[in-house]
Amino acid sequence: MFRFIVRRLLQLIPTLFGLSLLLFIWLRRLPGGPETAILGERGTPEMRAAIRRNMGLDEPILVQYGRFVRRLIRLDLGTSTSTKRTVVTEFVERFPGTVELSISAMLIAIGLGIPLGYLAARRRGRMLDHLSVGGSLIGICIPVFFLAYVLKAIFAENLGWFPASGRQDPTLGATRITNFFVLDGIMTREWDAAADALWHLVLPAVALASIPLAIIVRITRASVLEVLNEDFVRTAEAKGLTESTVRRRHVLRNSMLPVVTSIGLLTGGLLSGAVLTETVFAFSGIGAFIYEAISQRDYPVLMGFILIIAVVYVLVNLLVDLSYSLIDPRVRVR
Amino acid sequence: MALLDVEDLSVTFARRGQRTVHAVDGVSFSVDAGEVVGLVGESGCGKSVTSLAIMGLLPKQPGLRVGGKAVFDGTDLLQLDDRSRRDIRGRDVAMIFQDPLSSLNPVIPIGLQVTEVLTRHRGMKGAAAEKEAAELLDRVGIPDPKRRLKEYPHQLSGGMRQRALIAMAVACQPRLLIADEPTTALDVTIQAQILELLKELVRDSGTALVMITHDLGVVAGMCDTVNVLYGGRVVETARRRPLFREPRHPYTVGLLASVPRLDAGRGERLNPIPGSVRDLLPWADGCAFAPRCARRVDECVGEPPALVLAHDGRSYRCVNPAPLPGTLPPPAAAGAAPAAEAPAGTAKAAEATAGPVPAPREEEKP
Repeated sequence: MFRFIVRRLLQLIPTLFGLSLLLFIWLRRLPGGPETAILGERGTPEMRAAIRRNMGLDEPILVQYGRFVRRLIRLDLGTSTSTKRTVVTEFVERFPGTVELSISAMLIAIGLGIPLGYLAARRRGRMLDHLSVGGSLIGICIPVFFLAYVLKAIFAENLGWFPASGRQDPTLGATRITNFFVLDGIMTREWDAAADALWHLVLPAVALASIPLAIIVRITRASVLEVLNEDFVRTAEAKGLTESTVRRRHVLRNSMLPVVTSIGLLTGGLLSGAVLTETVFAFSGIGAFIYEAISQRDYPVLMGFILIIAVVYVLVNLLVDLSYSLIDPRVRVR
Repeated sequence: MALLDVEDLSVTFARRGQRTVHAVDGVSFSVDAGEVVGLVGESGCGKSVTSLAIMGLLPKQPGLRVGGKAVFDGTDLLQLDDRSRRDIRGRDVAMIFQDPLSSLNPVIPIGLQVTEVLTRHRGMKGAAAEKEAAELLDRVGIPDPKRRLKEYPHQLSGGMRQRALIAMAVACQPRLLIADEPTTALDVTIQAQILELLKELVRDSGTALVMITHDLGVVAGMCDTVNVLYGGRVVETARRRPLFREPRHPYTVGLLASVPRLDAGRGERLNPIPGSVRDLLPWADGCAFAPRCARRVDECVGEPPALVLAHDGRSYRCVNPAPLPGTLPPPAAAGAAPAAEAPAGTAKAAEATAGPVPAPREEEKP
C-alpha cells in the first residue's frame, strides 16, 4: 500500500515536467502578451519591448523554461503580473472557494445520483426510470454556463431565494482562518456566517453538479442492472436472505465499482466546469481568477494554477484508486 | 408421502411479437426424503429452469408464467408469497449452482457469506456464527477453515469455492438440496471429490438431493431415481439400474450410446444423437424428439405421446419404445394401441405415479 502511494507520487514528477513544458511553450505561442494587457492598444513598440525585457520574455524560450524549473524546484511559482502578489498567495486565498464549490457539487451529484440510478434500475421500464434517464440526458446536454445563468435568473433575480453572487455577505464581517468559509464559520462558531456561505454555495453547486449528476445516475443504473443479473445475487436469493440484505450487501456494493472510478474522472471536469460557474456567480475561486489570468496573459498565474490543479487531479485519482481497493479486494494495490 | 412432489410444472416465456417459449412443459416428478433424484438431459432441455422455478428464483420479467404445483412437505412452493418463500429457501430447501466463482460475491469474505445464512435462519451472530461457519467449512473439507473465513472467493481454488458454496447450502441442514450441475465448471479429479462430498453429506444427514446434470457418469454414481428430460418434458423415469440396463425411450437410448468409452477400439467413431435440440417443431405438437428419432412412426406427430407406465415402476413417453432385450421388437402398432384395449396391468404398475397429460396408459406386458 505504502509503496503504491510512493510510486504514484513519484510518477507525478515526470508528468508535471511534461505538462509544464507543454504549457510553457503553448502559453507563449498565444497571440498578444502581458505587455498588450498592460499597455492596451496604445503602447509604442519601444514600451512593449521594455516590458518584455523587464519580464525576461525576450530570452530564448528554453532559457525562460530553465529559470522557471529552477524556481519551481524551490516551490517558487513566481509573482502574478497583474496583481503583483505571489502566485502561491493568490492560490491559497482562492483555492478553498473552488474546493468548497466542487465538494458541494460532488456531494449533490453523489447523494442524488446513486439513489436515483439505483431506483431507476429497480423500477426499470417504469415512470421513474424514464424520468431519470431522460432527465440525465438533458443534464448532460445543457452547457454548465447556460444552466448557471438560468438558475441565477430564476432563483436569485426573480424569486430572490438565493444570493446571486459572491461567497458570503461581506457585511457579516466573518473571521477568516482557512479561507474555507463554511469551515471557518463552524470553527469560530459564527453560525450565521457558515449558513450564509452555504446559502451562497447552493446555486453554483447545483449548476456545477448537473453533468456529474447525470453521469452518475446513468452509470449507477447500468451497473445495478448488470449486477442484478449476476450469479452471486441469485445465490444470495437462494440463501433466503431478506430483500434488503440482498440489495445492500450484494447488489449495491458491487455496483459501486464503476461509479467510484467515474467519480475520480469527473473531478477533472468539475474543476474546468468551475471556471464557468464561478464566472457567472462572481464566486471568487480559482476558476474566475484563471479566466481573468487568461485575458491578462498572466503567465506565472496560469502556469502555477494549472500545475497545482494537475497535482490535485492526480491526488484525487490516487484517492479513488485507494478507495477502489477498499471496495474490491481483487484490486490489490502494490 | 413424498418430500417434494412436482406436478405438471410448466414455465413459459411470452414475448410480444414472438412465439411463446415453453421452457418446461408438464414436468412431474417426486423426491422422497433422503432420496437422490437425477434430472438428466442436454443443454436447453429445461433442467435448470425447472429447479429455478421450484426455488422461485426465475428472474422476474413480464411474460413469465409458472404453472402447476411443487408441493414440498405439504406446502405448494409456487403459491407462497415472497416472504414465506425466503423463509424456506436456504433453511429447508437449498441450492448449489454451476459456476462457483460467479456464484460467490467477489467483494465479501467467504466467512460473511457463510454466516449470513446462519444469521438469517438460525439467529446466530458474532463469534458463535463464526465458529459454526468454520466447522461447516471443515465439514466440507476445506483445510485451515479459520483463515479461509477471512479470504475472498478469488483467493480460493475452484474446488474450494464449490466446497464453500456447499457449506453455505448445508448450513441449516436443509431437507432438500438441489444441485444444478455442481461439477460442470471443475476438472475431473475435483469433480469426483465434490460428488463424493455431496454423497457423504446427504447420506449422513438424510437430506434429499435433486441432482441436475448432463453427465450420465454422475447419474450412475449417485442417483436412486432418474428423470430424463427432453424439450421441457420428462420423457423417461426409472430407477437407476433398470434405466442403464434397458432404456426404453429412444432419447435415453441415444444418450447412453453417445457416452464415449475408454475401452473403445482405435478409430471407432463417437456415437452422437443426430441433429440438435430445437424449440420449434415443424408440426403443431407431438413428441419433441421425433425429428431426431430413429424409431419415429406416424403417431409421434400430432399430440404429445402419452405416459406409459411399465411394470417395474418405470414410465416413459413414447409410442414406439426401444424393445426390452431378449424380446422380439413389438410391432410399431402395438405401442400405439389405445388404452382401452390394453389388458389390465399389475397392481404395481397401477400404483406408479404418472404425469397428468394425457391420461397414462399401462404398458402391454411383453
